[in-house]
Amino acid sequence: MTKYILKRILYIIPVMFGVIVVVFLMKAATPGDPVLELLPATATEEQKDAMREELGLNDPLPIQFVDYVVGIVTRGDLGTSYKTKQPVMTEILQRLPNTLIVAVLAMALSQVIATPLGILAAVKQNTWIDNLIVFFTMVGASLPTFWLALMLIDLFSVRLHLVPSMYNGTVAGWVLPIIVVSFGAISQTAKGVRTNMLEIIRQDYIRTARAKGQKESIVIFKHGFGNTLIPVIAGIGSGLSGQLGGALIVETVFAIPGVGKYVADAVTARNFPAVQGGVIVLAFICTIISILVDVMYTVADPRLKTNLMAPAKKKKSSKAAAANGGA
Amino acid sequence: MSEKNLLSVRDLVVHYETDEAVTEAVNDVSFDIKPGEILGMVGETGAGKTTIGMSIMGLLPKPPAHVISGSIVFEGEELLPTSPEPKKLFDFAIRRKRRHEEKGLERMLRTIRGKKITMMFQDPMTALNPVMYVGDQISEVLKIHENLSDADAVKRACEILEMVGIPANRYKEYPHQFSGGMKQRVVIAIALACKPDLIIADEPTTALDVTIQAQVLAMMKDLQQKLGTAMILITHDFGVVADICDRCVVVYAGEIVESGNLTHIFDNPMHPYTRGLFGSLPNLEVDTERLTPIEGLMPNPMNLLPYCSFFTRCKEKCDDCMKGNPKLVEVEPGHLVRCFVTTAGKEK
Amino acid sequence: MSKINTPAMEKLKKKNKYNESGVSTPGKEAWKRLRRNKTAMAGMLIILFLLAVAVLADVIAPYGYRDQDYSAVMQPPSAAHLFGTDNLGRDIFSRCVYGARYSLPIGVICVLIGLVIGGGLGLVAAYFGGHTDNIIMRIIDVIQAIPSTMLCIALVAILGNGMWQLIVAIAAGSIQGMTKSVRAAIFMVRNNEYVDSSKSIGVSDGKIMLRHLVPNAVGMIVINAVGGVSSNILTISTLSYIGVGLVSPTPEWGAILSEGKTYMTVAPYMVLYPGLMIAITVVAFNLFGNGLRDALDPRMK
Repeated sequence: MTKYILKRILYIIPVMFGVIVVVFLMKAATPGDPVLELLPATATEEQKDAMREELGLNDPLPIQFVDYVVGIVTRGDLGTSYKTKQPVMTEILQRLPNTLIVAVLAMALSQVIATPLGILAAVKQNTWIDNLIVFFTMVGASLPTFWLALMLIDLFSVRLHLVPSMYNGTVAGWVLPIIVVSFGAISQTAKGVRTNMLEIIRQDYIRTARAKGQKESIVIFKHGFGNTLIPVIAGIGSGLSGQLGGALIVETVFAIPGVGKYVADAVTARNFPAVQGGVIVLAFICTIISILVDVMYTVADPRLKTNLMAPAKKKKSSKAAAANGGA
Repeated sequence: MSEKNLLSVRDLVVHYETDEAVTEAVNDVSFDIKPGEILGMVGETGAGKTTIGMSIMGLLPKPPAHVISGSIVFEGEELLPTSPEPKKLFDFAIRRKRRHEEKGLERMLRTIRGKKITMMFQDPMTALNPVMYVGDQISEVLKIHENLSDADAVKRACEILEMVGIPANRYKEYPHQFSGGMKQRVVIAIALACKPDLIIADEPTTALDVTIQAQVLAMMKDLQQKLGTAMILITHDFGVVADICDRCVVVYAGEIVESGNLTHIFDNPMHPYTRGLFGSLPNLEVDTERLTPIEGLMPNPMNLLPYCSFFTRCKEKCDDCMKGNPKLVEVEPGHLVRCFVTTAGKEK
Repeated sequence: MSKINTPAMEKLKKKNKYNESGVSTPGKEAWKRLRRNKTAMAGMLIILFLLAVAVLADVIAPYGYRDQDYSAVMQPPSAAHLFGTDNLGRDIFSRCVYGARYSLPIGVICVLIGLVIGGGLGLVAAYFGGHTDNIIMRIIDVIQAIPSTMLCIALVAILGNGMWQLIVAIAAGSIQGMTKSVRAAIFMVRNNEYVDSSKSIGVSDGKIMLRHLVPNAVGMIVINAVGGVSSNILTISTLSYIGVGLVSPTPEWGAILSEGKTYMTVAPYMVLYPGLMIAITVVAFNLFGNGLRDALDPRMK
């Protein structure tokens, strides 16, 4: 068990290495001279050359890459923002808590609402309750996040003056962003839970439980819900990663100073070290989340746990093989 | 034969209704079981045997299943709703009455299920909840019906595990850690936990290895005798019937085509289908060159003919067979056959 | 013909009276089920309608999408301007109509590209397994680690704004999902005995993949492709909204919305209508996709 967790944690290294390669190649493929962005337009040729030397831009690409990786690993150095001349890492760390607050709270809210909805829809399959929930989840998943955000701002802030339309540091300022993010997440989670629950209530062991004379509600919660935990965990994992990616939109709309807005601003300003840094940090968080999810699987599903604990050196399970293959 | 019936099923008709087709799964099935008796129910896959079992348990998935008519009486109590079904959308009073009755029946059935009637399902591999200890799955049924405290239920569950030949220290293990035969023992343990009056065993040995099959059957027979439980054994294997059953009904296309005690069925099969089944079994006493299978397939239950269902495959048919559906005829006491040809003149 | 008649059977008989009686193939069966699914047919009708709008945009739109009329700036919806006009006096209805020419084709093209590349990778990974599978899936793991919106935005940032740049970015973002789902679908059929028996009689790997594996995964692939179109349309509009990809004066729905957001408090219709167009399109594809899922995977019914 510990061995498995350790393996999964070590798997971060190859994945992040791959991410850094991709991000680095993106920068290398970008036209334009970063020195021109960093120095004022009045800078002399000597100043520019000195700057190039300092940034290592005169070195061949592989050396630059090694420098970049070494910088990240030893000093946590993601480069210098073209715009503010500040280290990218510092700027991102300042903004990260804001992004995490929205993502985690929205995730929690959506799970609390979506899981019962999904179960209810599955249990009442093909009734009006089910149809209503299915319709809601479909519409919810179809609305563009930024549009929903704008419409809610128009309604609750501009017309009703209930909450601030923009981030202003108060608790009320978080309300709309969290609602917007959870709206999409509720739709997806409820749909996923419904699909899984439908499959589970057709299983033989549910029939066995009914044949015991158990109450229908207990059958659903004790035997059905226990078995939906696995997809629910998967939903939390992929939902959080999705929200970290989608953070960009919500943060832009509500002007929340988070990593997403940082990257979005950097993209339009062609501030590449900031874009790279943001992508690397968010990818790192997503990878950690996916590993946490894998570990939680083993807790939720006893079948998996036994397989992992078995010392037998039979065929490697696909997950273990994955961990080996990547390293 | 004056003993009271434990269960009697009369004129049961069950259809599966979907947008695309109506499947006539059970057609006009009647049979009785006396306390402590083992009834074998033999037929091909898809003949409607499991549907009959599920109807008794009140576990048919509705929709699509729809009990059209019939009555199931267990220990003198009717298990099917008797009030009329609403015919039109606006029959509110009828609908309300019917719904009320169904709710009451469901409440009553819950006290019967797992306690007085239990059912074992075909595939032990999937019949147990994969994320629950096997022991807890046994103690669950005890807690529902016997009003036991948690500790007492666990203790009883351990005893029952030992009874089916599983060491009690495996209480806290998950189903995937058990072999197929062991899982089936757990399923049997769940079925026997409350000492039921009737067990419906749906092909309990089909999914098991041949060697394990014999073991499990022997154990079931043994426990059945110890507890004096009646049993409906659903199977497609005459060997199993010969081993442990007292009486036997042969089901074909949702109908009982022949019923009787073992002597009737094995020594004097009357229905061409039953005869066909025996013809396709190897017999040690008679030296045959090759087995004679029944030609053709069972008719599609979505499109049954209004006359004898076996007509197309029958070797003894005559033109009269197309005139209507034959009735079950008692050819000798306790031996009923549904055929125009072989029962001609033997009616009593 | 049956033992006894019930109301349900009578109903069915009436319905089946007009049914064609022919050989039924899995495809025909699925089409039959799809046709019976009202919501799926509604989705399909909306999609067809939007396609017609895109093709006939020149006929339907009362104004050109770049026509500016400074005498009618920021007019609320009226008979002359159904959806109102924007800050430059352009007719928003006309711009929305022309917008159908962007989201739909780009969404479909990106799915096709993603399907060919991602599906191909998934097929190869699942069929050969072992090291091939390992290498492909490790690459996919890396791509998957980067949130897909981020990946698209970063790609557009490098490639610059424009139609083909947008297509490349979105297609790249949809590859990993496609690879994973096709791989999963192929895995399920790969171990069937007919694959082994084909191998044993010397059928080439390529033929086995195309003749035996792909047809079995077609249902899954179609469902994913339709779902892919709707999520791509959302991504296109998101990118345009942020200001990368397609930008004004291109009448892409997200771009129209992005321009309108500045004036939202005084002219909410500048945001409302393009957003509704996006939502309706995505809902249509989702309705159709859900119907397809039910039709191709009847066990869930």
